[in-house]
Amino acid sequence: MVIRRTLVSLVSGTLFGAGLAVSGMLDPVRVRGFLDLFGAWDPTLAFVMGGAMIPMVIAWLATRGMRSPLADSAFHLPDTAQLTPALIGGATLFGIGWGLGGLCPGPGIASLATRPHEATVFVVAMLAGFALVTMAQRPSNRASLYGEAA
Amino acid sequence: MIVADAMPLQGLAGGLMIGVAAAIMLIGNGRIAGVSGMAARAVGLSDGGAPRGIAWAFVLGLPLGAALVMLFTGPIVARYPMSLATLAVAGVIVGIGTRLGSGCTSGHGVCGMSRLSKRSIVATMTFMASGFATVGIVNLMGGAW
Repeated sequence: MVIRRTLVSLVSGTLFGAGLAVSGMLDPVRVRGFLDLFGAWDPTLAFVMGGAMIPMVIAWLATRGMRSPLADSAFHLPDTAQLTPALIGGATLFGIGWGLGGLCPGPGIASLATRPHEATVFVVAMLAGFALVTMAQRPSNRASLYGEAA
Repeated sequence: MIVADAMPLQGLAGGLMIGVAAAIMLIGNGRIAGVSGMAARAVGLSDGGAPRGIAWAFVLGLPLGAALVMLFTGPIVARYPMSLATLAVAGVIVGIGTRLGSGCTSGHGVCGMSRLSKRSIVATMTFMASGFATVGIVNLMGGAW
């Protein structure tokens, strides 16, 4: 089962990376062009999102009739309801970084194959951002950051 | 104004591939194909989430898939007019934002929106609005590229 799950994940990641390359999403100018709504707008990213939505809507409907996924004993899905300040604040920050660099995490990592120099700078910086959040969320730091009892 | 070199067909084709990729992860492993979450999990910066082998396999697949396309079609257009310093600042902000916000364009945008998840719809609308505003402001300040 572990080998099957790992293979499923590798196939998923590989097809995902190929899709990003085919759709022009490894080009920061094109991605930034989508965000340039009030200027020279490039709608390509909207077609990518729309195209990706079609198989996923079908997949979500298919899961309704499934007790478990094909290669695992249970579904592992996140909560969908609770709106938190971290969700809104984090999404706002992410949008700022996305607009500044024209890259989000998927294209950043996939570009390690196509533009290793620039992509390495972006991905290492992104991992540093991950690490900052991990450090801030450690219980020992929580108290000082959020004023909670440790 | 819409740019002349928009690629609706390639966008749709690549988008379908991305959607099938995410569907394989969901139907096969019962998990969200979220890049920021998988990447954080792979490098040990997330407590919950997929087993690390699954996370690594997905993350390594991304450049592998891009390399395969490059093998068949030749060089992939990727324009980087910004400075490396800008890219580094953008990377840190994207890293902080996606961890705090529990996801990025893949997890919230593709997987969550198609599930009609309230969290993901709000997150996607928020990072899109924030991205539109950021590019608009940067352009006004003369920083367009």
